Amino acid sequence: MSKKKNGSSGLGQLLIPLIALGILVLFNLFRDISFFSITMRVNNSGNIVLAGNLISIIDNASELAIIAMGMTLVTAACGGQDISVGAVAAISGAVLVKVLQGMGGITPVSLLLGFLAATLVTILFKLFNGTLVAVFRIQPMIATLILFSCGRSIAYWINGDATPQLYAPIIDSIGKTIPGIPIPTPIFAVLLMGLLLILLFRFTSLRLYTQSVGINQGAARLNGINPTTVKLISFVILGVCVSIAALLGVCRMHQLNHKNLLVDIEMDAILAVAIGGNSLGGGKFKLIGSILGAYIIQMLTTTLYAMNVNPVNIKAYKAIVIILIVVAGSPVIKRGLTALWKKLRTNKAQTEGVN
Amino acid sequence: MRKLFALLLALVMIFALAACGQKTETPAADTAGEGGLIKVGIINLDPSESGYRQANVKNLQDTFTKENGYDATFVTAPTADKQLEAARGFITAGVKYILVSAAETTGWDEVLKEAKEAGITVLLFDRMIECDPSLYTAAVVSDMRKEGETAVAWLESLNLPEYKILHIQGQLGSAAQIGRSDPLTEKCAADPNWTIVREGTGGDSWSADEAKKIAQAAIDAGEEFNIVYAENDGMAQGVVEALDAAGITHGVNGDVIIMGFDCNRWALEKLLAGEWNYDGQCSPFQAVELDKMIKTLEAGGTIEGLNDLNQIISEEKGFDAKIITQADIDTYGLG
Repeated sequence: MSKKKNGSSGLGQLLIPLIALGILVLFNLFRDISFFSITMRVNNSGNIVLAGNLISIIDNASELAIIAMGMTLVTAACGGQDISVGAVAAISGAVLVKVLQGMGGITPVSLLLGFLAATLVTILFKLFNGTLVAVFRIQPMIATLILFSCGRSIAYWINGDATPQLYAPIIDSIGKTIPGIPIPTPIFAVLLMGLLLILLFRFTSLRLYTQSVGINQGAARLNGINPTTVKLISFVILGVCVSIAALLGVCRMHQLNHKNLLVDIEMDAILAVAIGGNSLGGGKFKLIGSILGAYIIQMLTTTLYAMNVNPVNIKAYKAIVIILIVVAGSPVIKRGLTALWKKLRTNKAQTEGVN
Repeated sequence: MRKLFALLLALVMIFALAACGQKTETPAADTAGEGGLIKVGIINLDPSESGYRQANVKNLQDTFTKENGYDATFVTAPTADKQLEAARGFITAGVKYILVSAAETTGWDEVLKEAKEAGITVLLFDRMIECDPSLYTAAVVSDMRKEGETAVAWLESLNLPEYKILHIQGQLGSAAQIGRSDPLTEKCAADPNWTIVREGTGGDSWSADEAKKIAQAAIDAGEEFNIVYAENDGMAQGVVEALDAAGITHGVNGDVIIMGFDCNRWALEKLLAGEWNYDGQCSPFQAVELDKMIKTLEAGGTIEGLNDLNQIISEEKGFDAKIITQADIDTYGLG
């Protein structure tokens, strides 16, 4: 019995996002099969690029997928979400650009140094959030509301310059494609981040510690786990994710706009975690669920674009679909479905017994 | 190590709090200007909007200084209600001049009347307001409609077999958006060969990201267009990012014609490189003219050279990628 329960909860969590993804794919297959076509084209810089809706989905969901990974960890450990990821990404971008300007040009070396500095600053800001949450026990949403509201002003303050433009081959290579490789670079960034986290879980006990702190902080402490450290680590990892996403966002647009860089991404990231079947109250988590969630959100956006929905109206249409997904994954519906399933099986067993 | 860590955290917190306080500027409430300085209240838009705005805000800040005889208060706000609030603040504070670049062309009548009753001289710059011309003393503006007309005339001179246009509008209701949109929409209504494939707005911040989304949506929907008419440089660049990712060529030798406005230096460089086709100029340097006007009024003179709408119109031109030179970029490029 207990074995069966474990098995069903393992796949059960991913069931809803997989079904949602399947429905989206089927819907597009029947609507217009050319949705899935991928073509090779040569763009203005003379690079061969893969073009098509599928590539556009996977490419444009990259920042969201990366931030959703970090958000999953914070959610699992703290039982709450960090709503300041977009604002802190703007700070990260501002630091990056500041370093690039200070070093007098964009070279791979200055970009690397800029990225490292930006990551360090991002981690410090995330630790500020983490301290409020883990040490002062403030509700995560309230604690992160501070940077949510003033983060973009800080970014402006750091940078001063309103929308600096960044043009260099290395920026193209990160935001678009590396010459000779037709697949957009952000996709590799998602793979890299995912791989790093998988290795981290494989060789440390972080996953177990995070889940135990999320499920029962007191019990975790009695078992020798320090909840404060675990929570702070989750914020550090989120900081790294935010910094990578900011780098991608800046390179993609060839500019830093502190107002628009990754704007509204916090809500989409939380949504990705929820669609992925993770409990927003913390505890057990599945990283792959959140990543799937991110791609579902982007696929939904692209599908709506392909159906000629105006970008201004897209949020309303998205909301309808998301309500359906979230309600379908809610405990009440799940319990109802399980009960229905059991009833069907007992009925079947009874009829079989009669026969 | 632990102490160092705590210190760092404390620093970050102070840093964050200090920045929180930076957000808004409100007009000072003291009355008389100090030491014979002329009290001026300047209402502008947010500098992060565009390179144009940045150059405009800086130009005003560099001109209306203490050394130049001014006690100036600057308010930058992206929306009409915040601007109106700032104007009322200036009236209460008893400034002698109010200088306005309006977020929206309408809704100013009441405030301007209040200012007139309080004996404040109102000067408009950069963007016009739709009201009785007697409510302001003078306006130093760009003729946005002429910018639009010049751009459309340039497009027409290309004699393309068909015109399928992706139209990215600026902040809806702003003088710049109306002036740049109207000639195009009128042309499209009159000529069956000209169609607007898709129209969208970059919103109040003339956002490049929004423009990219509109272009992405058009590409995802498989719509074909051969012209991008974006009402500022940043939004044109946003569209170009989407085109590059989708492998659609653009510019002088490309499939899609790219048009922008404002003449930022980086945008003109794109023209010179042949990646864009056209950029319409819009001069942000009105401060010298405004300064001259105020000095004239202070000396008891009257402002000359105004048309019947009390305007002085800046001379402007459009640049074609095929004939632009490095010298043009050095002379006209912003930033």
